[in-house]
Amino acid sequence: MKRAVPGDGGTRPRSDIFSFLGSRRAHEDEASLASAATSDEPVLPTKALHKFLSSLGSRPAPVLLDLGPVVGSNLTFFGEQLGCKVFIEDLFRDVDHHLQHGRLDALSSFFSTRFPQADGSVDGILCWDLFDYLEPGAAQTLARQLMRLLSVEGVLLAFFSTVASQDARYTKFIIADEMNLRQRPYSAGRAKQHVLLNRDIIKLFGALRVSESFLLKTNIREILFRKPTYLGEKS
Amino acid sequence: MWKRDEAVRPPSGRETTTPMPATPAVPSTPSGSIPPVARVTERDIVNIGKSVVIKGELNGSEDLTIEGHVEGKIELRENILTIGPNGKIKAQVFAKAVIVLGEVIGNVSATEKVDIRDNGSVEGDIVSPRVAIAEGAMFRGSVDMQRAVKPAQPKPVLPGESKVEAKSPVAAVSPASAGSPVQGPRV
Repeated sequence: MKRAVPGDGGTRPRSDIFSFLGSRRAHEDEASLASAATSDEPVLPTKALHKFLSSLGSRPAPVLLDLGPVVGSNLTFFGEQLGCKVFIEDLFRDVDHHLQHGRLDALSSFFSTRFPQADGSVDGILCWDLFDYLEPGAAQTLARQLMRLLSVEGVLLAFFSTVASQDARYTKFIIADEMNLRQRPYSAGRAKQHVLLNRDIIKLFGALRVSESFLLKTNIREILFRKPTYLGEKS
Repeated sequence: MWKRDEAVRPPSGRETTTPMPATPAVPSTPSGSIPPVARVTERDIVNIGKSVVIKGELNGSEDLTIEGHVEGKIELRENILTIGPNGKIKAQVFAKAVIVLGEVIGNVSATEKVDIRDNGSVEGDIVSPRVAIAEGAMFRGSVDMQRAVKPAQPKPVLPGESKVEAKSPVAAVSPASAGSPVQGPRV
């Protein structure tokens, strides 16, 4: 007599229960392995990333500048979404290097020559939360460089924390999807975190227009800046 | 009860708990000849050993694994290039797919995929439709992922349409549509 196994639509004979369990366990193992790497990583919602992508989606072959550490899955994401060219310039590593050598004061001059890219050659810039860890002088120099690199109607996405974190390490942002990011610890040493006021942020990127601004429950302010057309007309 | 268990066993009699071999097993054939798939695998992979240093241009039509040092230019347009953990490349690389476990300084161009594995390192610009970079890998440069032109999805043939119209791939990859961005999900 054959008995049905629950969850199998009543068609599987009971004698086949071992193969049923075997395949299910194998499936569960795969799933648990996949989730193990990500289960302990906090997930943060994001509203500005979607806007950032939308702004670049209309361009045939956008050029991105990622100031964070290289994340393979992020590259894949941007490749699939935008089919773009991505420059990886890990400034977190640079800050760490200067921090280790006690030369944070030299960061400003370092940033002024850091980017070999031509003026207006980049359509999108991902700053993540880098500006939280820069001294005002270095932040101003970097902002000036980024404004130089950005093309007309190009967009810059930056995160600013509204509260200082006690964590001694950076966290890198992994794109889960357009609306969610995961945070993963990053080995680079972290400089002192500054909490920038809204007006300071706007002043920092004076030549850019605030396109979108979101204050999230996670104490992160996401701001999407856009380079206005009239700046391109001037040059 | 036990008889029922016997009946569950696969007809070949192979134990289900037998571990799978690390390499694909080659089934024995009556004549003893190697099946074509295995023959291809054995024939088409070439190694450049740890102690080998090459300066100049390297061309080929076989899959290649480099464990030594190469300076100059590597071209394997139709094949897979693997830079082994001991491999050190200071060259421009062109291949169908490039797998990096060692060190590469120079631009890498692949028609299919570039895969930088754990502890692999690339310093240069990558041009490839697909790029995978592992967590422990090092990369410095730019990544250019040209949008691959997807083959047209076969439309369901409506009663009024002819089959020729539905299958035509030309319209799907017309110059106007080929370069246009794929519209991702929008909120």
